[in-house]
Amino acid sequence: MIGAKPQGERVRVTLWGSLRSAAEGRDTVEVEAATIRELFSRLGKSYPGLKPFIDRGIAVSINGQIFRDSWSQSIPKGAEVYLLPRIAGG
Amino acid sequence: MPGVHVSTTVNGDRLDFVCEPEETLLDCLRDRLGLTGAKEGCGTGDCGACSVILDGRLVCSCLVLGVEAADREIETVEGLADGDHLHPLQRKFLEHAALQCGICTPGFLMAAKALLDHNPSPSEEEIRFGLAGNLCRCTGYDKIVRAVQDAAKELQGD
Amino acid sequence: MPLDVKPDLKREFDVVGTRPLRPDGIDKVTGRARFGADATAPGMLIGRILRSPHAHARIRKIDTKKAEQLAGVKAIITRDDLPDHSNGERGTYDVLYNCMAREKALYEGHAVAAVAAVSAAVARQALKLIEVDYEVLPHVTDVDAAMKPDAPVIHDNIFTEGVEPKPDKPSNVARRSEFGHGNVEAGFRECDVVVAKSYRTEATHQGYIEPHACLASVSPDGSGELWVCTQGHFMIRNVSAQVLGMEISKLRVTASEIGGGFGGKTHVWMEPIALALSRKANRPVKVVMTREEVFKATGPTSSTSIDVKIGARKDGTIVAAEAVLRYQGGAFVGSWADLGAMTAFACYDLKNVRTVGYDVIVNRPKTAAYRAPSAPMAAFAVESTIDELARKLGIEAIDLRIKNAAREGTRSSYGPTYGPIGIGATLAAAKNHPHMSAPLGKNQGRGMACGFWFNFGGQTCTSLNINLDGTVALSVGTPDIGGSRASMCLMAAEELGIPYEKVRCVVADTSSLGYNDVTDGSRVTFSSGMATILAARDAIRKLCGRAAQMWGISAEAVVWEKGHAKPAGPNAGEFPPLSLKEIAAAAATTGGPIAGHHEFNADGAGVSFATHIVDVDVDRETGATKILRYTVLQDAGKAIHPAYVEGQFQGGAAQGIGWALNEEYIYGEDGRLQNAGFLDYRIPVCSDLPMIDTVILEIPNPKHPYGVRGVGETSIVPPLAAIANAVSNAVGVRMTHIPMSPPRILKALEGRS
Repeated sequence: MIGAKPQGERVRVTLWGSLRSAAEGRDTVEVEAATIRELFSRLGKSYPGLKPFIDRGIAVSINGQIFRDSWSQSIPKGAEVYLLPRIAGG
Repeated sequence: MPGVHVSTTVNGDRLDFVCEPEETLLDCLRDRLGLTGAKEGCGTGDCGACSVILDGRLVCSCLVLGVEAADREIETVEGLADGDHLHPLQRKFLEHAALQCGICTPGFLMAAKALLDHNPSPSEEEIRFGLAGNLCRCTGYDKIVRAVQDAAKELQGD
Repeated sequence: MPLDVKPDLKREFDVVGTRPLRPDGIDKVTGRARFGADATAPGMLIGRILRSPHAHARIRKIDTKKAEQLAGVKAIITRDDLPDHSNGERGTYDVLYNCMAREKALYEGHAVAAVAAVSAAVARQALKLIEVDYEVLPHVTDVDAAMKPDAPVIHDNIFTEGVEPKPDKPSNVARRSEFGHGNVEAGFRECDVVVAKSYRTEATHQGYIEPHACLASVSPDGSGELWVCTQGHFMIRNVSAQVLGMEISKLRVTASEIGGGFGGKTHVWMEPIALALSRKANRPVKVVMTREEVFKATGPTSSTSIDVKIGARKDGTIVAAEAVLRYQGGAFVGSWADLGAMTAFACYDLKNVRTVGYDVIVNRPKTAAYRAPSAPMAAFAVESTIDELARKLGIEAIDLRIKNAAREGTRSSYGPTYGPIGIGATLAAAKNHPHMSAPLGKNQGRGMACGFWFNFGGQTCTSLNINLDGTVALSVGTPDIGGSRASMCLMAAEELGIPYEKVRCVVADTSSLGYNDVTDGSRVTFSSGMATILAARDAIRKLCGRAAQMWGISAEAVVWEKGHAKPAGPNAGEFPPLSLKEIAAAAATTGGPIAGHHEFNADGAGVSFATHIVDVDVDRETGATKILRYTVLQDAGKAIHPAYVEGQFQGGAAQGIGWALNEEYIYGEDGRLQNAGFLDYRIPVCSDLPMIDTVILEIPNPKHPYGVRGVGETSIVPPLAAIANAVSNAVGVRMTHIPMSPPRILKALEGRS
């Protein structure tokens, strides 16, 4: 269909320990997402407890590379995805 | 409170300024004479960023009163170069990358000059102790010491 | 992500990797360079700030009448002049609250009021005339004491995050975070040897020699200009505007030369106050902090309390590792323990690992980053324990690390799997370094430690303009804190194929360039460097297009080689190459000014590892420790300007040495800082240190066109543990409290005998 968004792959996301209680105690969750933006949007809907963390700012590690604001970054199929605190340096 | 008129010589030029008795020489150099090379890092004589040479002696200008400059000779970093010829210390600091942020550099240059004026061939230990009154937070002093060693060599004509 | 960044790793560089003079150097050796406090403006007023003498107090009333009547006072600001524009956003509210106290003063030194007057003397006098009615409250400054159930609670609206069930009583524990994988309890059961120890580190300050300084000038129409020493002038603009309810576009911020930052100048401190004073007085206002104010009212590091437990099998395989890390972030919520918990075991390949971090609030100034924030303390605790484990196992300290070091494919202790990393290389280089076999005398010892830190990318843009005479003007938006302008010029010159001297780099103000994230996270050579390279490539495409016009051929038929446009092949035509200078001179007739630019969010910065080796001599009579020899081995990916990479290694090591041996914030029973000056807050001086040897490894980062990795922060991470390990080997005492000042070492020696 013209104009339809591509179907995202099912992405397995590992949460760091402190997020687990916000995701019903799970340390990995699965959502469909093709980009970081979709990932945040779907996580926030499926696990409302995660929404405040997402709003405050979370970094995403895709295959070991850490992204902080690049929400259009695509998530390759089978990628290792971690949610991490949005850290800064000095 | 009436200001005090001070006549002094800075980098060979006869200069005059008016200041309050409680102003330091550092304040006067920076705010009255516009010579902002000397920096205030602490205001208590602990960091050496305000170092100038007063009648041939290295001092923290934050510990000298402006009125004490009357009829004396002051050397600051602005007077180190000879016209457009940089002093060997200035050149060596650049060549050896002996500065990163550069805030301590004017103080170090004056301290190094004072050291070499009195001790033209210092050992590494003598350089380190001669510069121990100047704090640098960026470099770890390694390249500063090497720059001073190299400048000493050049000044000695090696 | 740009398409053509994959580095050609076998590339031979023309200028990158050489050591030319930096373009801003001459102004810095002649006194011409202008730092934060070096600006003046006609009609300028001097601003001074009144600060709380109490560590914790309710501010009942502030009476400024007498001060207002003092001749020469032009404006006074209190909390009443600073309405809350934060819209419930906690981060912005905390910034506002830290700039000036609202209901309570939360630490000694917390700003309470500010004055702008015709001279510093009048401003100081005016402060004395401001009457503040304080209700002194009980305070707490120690991280462990603040966690106790009977500790005075500083914020009544903070409930510990990250614990189940959610607490219903407020506390000073802002949050609990947890990282790790595997099963540590099962892991410890498998171990033959387990070492468990607790450690404490005291707070330190970045100690930049230049105090915070700014000159603010706001007009009645709401437009303003700010000259400020900062690591991020775009951040200052955004945050100041937010805090004051100004329009961002109406505020123009220029970054002065900066006299050191190290993370301490990545936030706003008194800049909004200076702007507010200027707005009220309708005159420029200069605010310069005193050294005492810098210590009491900017952003020192956390002080910490850390428990570590590591277990291994007889053969030296570490099977389980656990740490509990308690970090205080000052009087406001921070995430410093998160960073400690993430980095603590990052150097190792561990099957079972768990780290728990507690971020705690105390009556101290708001913590800020210091190079690699939170990592040095965690590394101190872990690397000290690793050495103890090595001793118990009868394995060499370096060999235990080599055996258990993380490698490509290791699941990191903070989660993601590592790609190619440099820790193995730095360990191997350390093991083979002559330092390891240098002779040692009595009471002398050698220690080593590893360190890890992240590198960041971030929002970055650069603009590269070709001048009529063929020289190049490069504008970047990241303040130069370590000599980065030289590196930018090298990269632009390399891409364009022109001499280094033909490129001039400036740090543009906020009106002249798009948004740039702060200079932090070891990101500038990586991000602004990559933006510079890509902007140069953008300019090259345009230069080729202009040459094509001048020759009357198609742009696809032109290539760029060594600073010249050339026909792509014999079919394109027989034209002698056109130099950049020639194309620039003809720009008016080929379409106008020629420029390249690049805007992006840089990513793929990777991580950074280092190994340090140190020899010390401990005087058993005085407890004093002398550093005899120091070697830093760190991976830089590609050293654009090796002298400045060495400078970062040496500077970070020197700071770590001061932190390990002498520097600490000393608080009295009254919650006041006892040593707010450079005499008693003792940073290393020239005579304290030896030459610091550096080994730059170059394992290219595949995500940068030249392979660059950030280097600025990592070298502060290993020194605390390396020195503690050296002291242990020198005189046989395990120091668990940083700094290892002479009284502490003497006490430890006495305890042993």
